Amino acid sequence: QKVSVEVLAHLEHLALVDFRDAEGVERLQKAIQFADQLHEVNTVGVEPMDSVLEDRWCLYLREDDVTEGNCTKELLENAREKVEEYFVAPPGNIPLPKLEEQEAFLQGS
Amino acid sequence: AALKDGLRSQVSAALKEGRVTPTELCQRCLALIKSTKFLNAYITVAEETALKQAEESEERYKRGQPLGILDGIPVAVKDNFNTAGIETTCASNMLKGYISPYNATVVQKLLDHGAVLLGKTNLDEFAMGSGSTDGVFGPVRNPWSYSKQYKEKSVPKSHSEDEESNWVITGGSSGGSAAAVSSFTCFAALGSDTGGSTRNPAAHCGVVGLKPTYGLISRHGLIPLVNSMDVPGILTRCVDDAAVLLGSLAGHDPKDSTTIQDDFKPFELPNLTDVSKLSIGIPKEYHAPGLSSEILALWSKAADLFKNAGAKVVEVSLPHTRYSIVCYHVLCTAEVASNMARFDGLEYGHRSDVKDSTESMYAATRREGFNDVVRGRILSGNYFLLKQNYEKYFVKAQKVRRLIANDFEKVFRSGVDVLLTPTTLSDAAPYTEFIQEDNRTRSAQDDILTQAANMAGLPAINVPTALSERGLPVGLQFIGRSFQEKQLLTVAKWFEKQVQFPVIQLEEVKRHDYGVFQHQKSASFS
Repeated sequence: QKVSVEVLAHLEHLALVDFRDAEGVERLQKAIQFADQLHEVNTVGVEPMDSVLEDRWCLYLREDDVTEGNCTKELLENAREKVEEYFVAPPGNIPLPKLEEQEAFLQGS
Repeated sequence: AALKDGLRSQVSAALKEGRVTPTELCQRCLALIKSTKFLNAYITVAEETALKQAEESEERYKRGQPLGILDGIPVAVKDNFNTAGIETTCASNMLKGYISPYNATVVQKLLDHGAVLLGKTNLDEFAMGSGSTDGVFGPVRNPWSYSKQYKEKSVPKSHSEDEESNWVITGGSSGGSAAAVSSFTCFAALGSDTGGSTRNPAAHCGVVGLKPTYGLISRHGLIPLVNSMDVPGILTRCVDDAAVLLGSLAGHDPKDSTTIQDDFKPFELPNLTDVSKLSIGIPKEYHAPGLSSEILALWSKAADLFKNAGAKVVEVSLPHTRYSIVCYHVLCTAEVASNMARFDGLEYGHRSDVKDSTESMYAATRREGFNDVVRGRILSGNYFLLKQNYEKYFVKAQKVRRLIANDFEKVFRSGVDVLLTPTTLSDAAPYTEFIQEDNRTRSAQDDILTQAANMAGLPAINVPTALSERGLPVGLQFIGRSFQEKQLLTVAKWFEKQVQFPVIQLEEVKRHDYGVFQHQKSASFS
């Protein structure tokens, strides 16, 4: 079944990446179709695997000692917009274009 | 054939004895890089710093205090590893102009061993792809396209048209690194391997490509694709060299908590003569649809080689092999969706001029910075991670992953030491043919034989085996037990010795007089 326009808009909002055109949407449809093959596999009683190293428990907590830091200058160097020691962002809490505008775009392409 | 023990017994020896200096070596490589520019293997050539490193190495040799085998050895690094002071782009507009403030651990280790960093190699954008054709700096050309061996076998159209339209891909995504090693512009290169990205181009370019066990080599500084599968890959001209590189790179890194804490002891590979105690497994599912009859024959011949030498060769089954690529598709896109979220233009990388709001700036930055492949994977990944899909796709894939890992475990527990499989379905395709299909389709096709090793975290290596009918390299893959790299490489080295893969005959290389480092072999495997 096809992905609804609501879900497409929701995905674009979550990903902050747009489908750009019908081809992008088609790409997603094909990806879902491809992934659906997973349902042929019987996984009753099988635990999900997070990491191949699960038996060799290596995720440890280290001591809370500060061993590095003080690299403000290096960290700021690659930012395009900054003021003193701040990264500068445009105003927040402004939502992206509404669903209706998106729907028109997707139907038109 | 592959330079047996090239780094240790030939290059390093030559440097120690003063027959060649690190500066000469570096200059030769830099000159060769310039004359093979058409391969497009390098994104950045760090000429000044490389020469400086070479000079420092030379000083050490003069004092009789080289740091080890890698001291003075020119190497190249895939452009998704951070290199302090040198641009790291991931072949993406998103990171054009990004100068890393630090070295990836593996890069630091190479430098600490005295290696000379020549530059950063080309790849598919953010390592997504199996051709090294989808980066913003253009595709990488397989050096074998220009080899005597390939030209002899191709049907000539017109002389000039021939070269321009007939060139073949390197495979990917570490195509630049593979091409660099294959064309002699460096002695070893780093790649990365998430679904086969080191082994695939190694097979197409006729070089050794090692994917180490997940958790053996630090990923700190490797710009992540799939955190649970990524590993740094090693590309060299012979198996012994891969062991040398492994020795300098493996081991626990406090900066990467997914590296195991066990002590790693670097090893030299023994010269195996008696294979009678070896059990080689041939997984029948790797006879995948689309496998060329040529490669099938080569695989069969290789199995016979082991059998005739006294090894136990058994057919085994890895029943979930065909689901590996689907499983990868879901897990990869999910992790990519997460990993790519960091690129918002605020702290580094490309930033859009749009400034109405934070969200619109982020969205525009990502639209401008990422290519279709990356954006497609992010969107797919987000789909599979939606609340209504999480169990159905993401968790399901994690369960299938366990089944795939279990398949391998079962086979190794039954007494098999090493698995022997093809690495790719065919030899390298011409570029014009390759780009007819989209990236996702290609990746799904090409990763089929390499992906499962990443799923299970196992070590795997491509060994160049023979030339195809078209005069292009074909490799075979060995998959080993977790953290048993020594056994895996020992077997690979034995095999390499048996097959005597031919040296590439490139005009450019001949011109630069690499005579001292090459020797022709008379026998060949095919």
